[in-house]
Amino acid sequence: MDIRLDAISHSYDDFEVLRDITLDIPAGRIVCIVGPSGCGKSTLLRFIGGLERPRAGRVLQVGEPPAGCLNPLTYIFQDFALLPWRTVEGNISLVLEDHGIRGQRAKDIIGDVLARTKLTDFAKALPKQLSGGMKQRVAIARALAVNPAVMLMDEPLSALDSQTRELLMDDLVSLWSRQPFTAVYVTHNLNEAVRLGHQIVVLSRRPGQIREIVTLDAPLEERQFGDAELDAKQKYLWQLMRDEARAADAELLNV
Amino acid sequence: MSDATLDTPPPRGVPVRDEAKTVAFRGGGFAPRPHRWVGGLVFAVLILIAEWGTRAGWISALTLPKPSDVLATFGELYQSGLLFKHLGPSLSRFAVGSFFGVSVGIAVGVLIGLFSYVRAGAVPLVAALFPIPKIALLPLFVIWFGIGEGSKYALIAFGTFTPTVVATYGAVDNVDRTLIRMGQSFGLSWWSIVRKIVLPGAMPGILSGLRISLAIAIILLVAAEMLGAEYGIGAYILQAGSLYDLERLFAGVVILSVLGVLVSAVIGVIERRLLGWRT
Repeated sequence: MDIRLDAISHSYDDFEVLRDITLDIPAGRIVCIVGPSGCGKSTLLRFIGGLERPRAGRVLQVGEPPAGCLNPLTYIFQDFALLPWRTVEGNISLVLEDHGIRGQRAKDIIGDVLARTKLTDFAKALPKQLSGGMKQRVAIARALAVNPAVMLMDEPLSALDSQTRELLMDDLVSLWSRQPFTAVYVTHNLNEAVRLGHQIVVLSRRPGQIREIVTLDAPLEERQFGDAELDAKQKYLWQLMRDEARAADAELLNV
Repeated sequence: MSDATLDTPPPRGVPVRDEAKTVAFRGGGFAPRPHRWVGGLVFAVLILIAEWGTRAGWISALTLPKPSDVLATFGELYQSGLLFKHLGPSLSRFAVGSFFGVSVGIAVGVLIGLFSYVRAGAVPLVAALFPIPKIALLPLFVIWFGIGEGSKYALIAFGTFTPTVVATYGAVDNVDRTLIRMGQSFGLSWWSIVRKIVLPGAMPGILSGLRISLAIAIILLVAAEMLGAEYGIGAYILQAGSLYDLERLFAGVVILSVLGVLVSAVIGVIERRLLGWRT
């Protein structure tokens, strides 16, 4: 299942946020969206998943989601969004209960996703007992449980320290290598973008427009920390964004 | 409240040069710790002072009854079996009245929290009802619900309703919106979101509101028993008051205080069991 963004524009009152975004998100690829702060990249992600409506333009779903897909468009949030009163397995069963999956079937799914995210030993733990990285792995496990067609990741690693971030990037890469998923990955961190993105969409500052789409051909599993080629790409992206970021930073926020 | 902090001397054996000084610790206090026995001690000291004063005579018998006499009165009350005759009706009025007040209050509070039209309509109404002294409406309640138990239930229910509503809709407003967004993004039904995200998320606020509502229910117990109640702690206190029988008056007041402490302890237990997930 592909996602197509068709001429999306948006404004809050007379405050233009996004302008004419047209973009294809092909199945089985990770598309990273980067841009200076306030460029509307998170807003764009909310449009894709149907949590907000754009003023103009459409988000199209091309093709049917694969069979067995419970929630085609599934988010992973920056602040994890785990229910603090439910255990790890309770948080995952939350999203299965509404699909009538209970008992042994739910147990099998929960066991499988916890194993894939290396959380099997923590099934009974409460979120308050987990570190930030573990919480985000629970959120990833929860997303995997509904077998999404497209994962919508909103700065998923931005609340974590840089070491945990490296570890989770490795986890994401190995998850993708075992079973390629489609993802839209919003981040302000260029390092994450070059490590995880097949395509990197660079947005300009507000109103956000697509400045350039950078394609990276190196397979994900071969991209290493400190790779010279990736560094060059990252530097190039930074060149593209630098002036925009500076201008965005100097803007007055009158929201 | 800030706990006092003590300076610690520098460790021995380490040569301290004249110009070197230990950096003074200034990070203490502002971190409440549980000290269970202090509460009991405060009670004991106050009672002992009253006992000493009334025995020595610098507190006159008209100002305050002897705590030991109050205890004796309480003993009599217990032995004559009258204690339970008074306590029974009072507890059932407290239970029935606050049950209706609290459950309707939570329901209305959740509705206000969820629906903007209900909020627009009900919040001013609740604000108008809250400051009415419920005791002033006693005659009205008697006309509406009769002189029997009905008016007493209604008074207590009405008194607990408004604070419960205010606490509940505040608690619903404070539920983390990102959790609700998460529920929507996973395609959870409206009812699932309310039941599994909004209600548990509002529980801490609802329970702390319950502490206030139930204390108000105990206060209103006395008011409810002002009219046509033969038995009941409130009736007992009012009777003693009109006879200026300070020992009995205090015995009754102590029962209400104990009731308040017990209710608060029960809510504490519920909080520990239901809200163990809080950090």
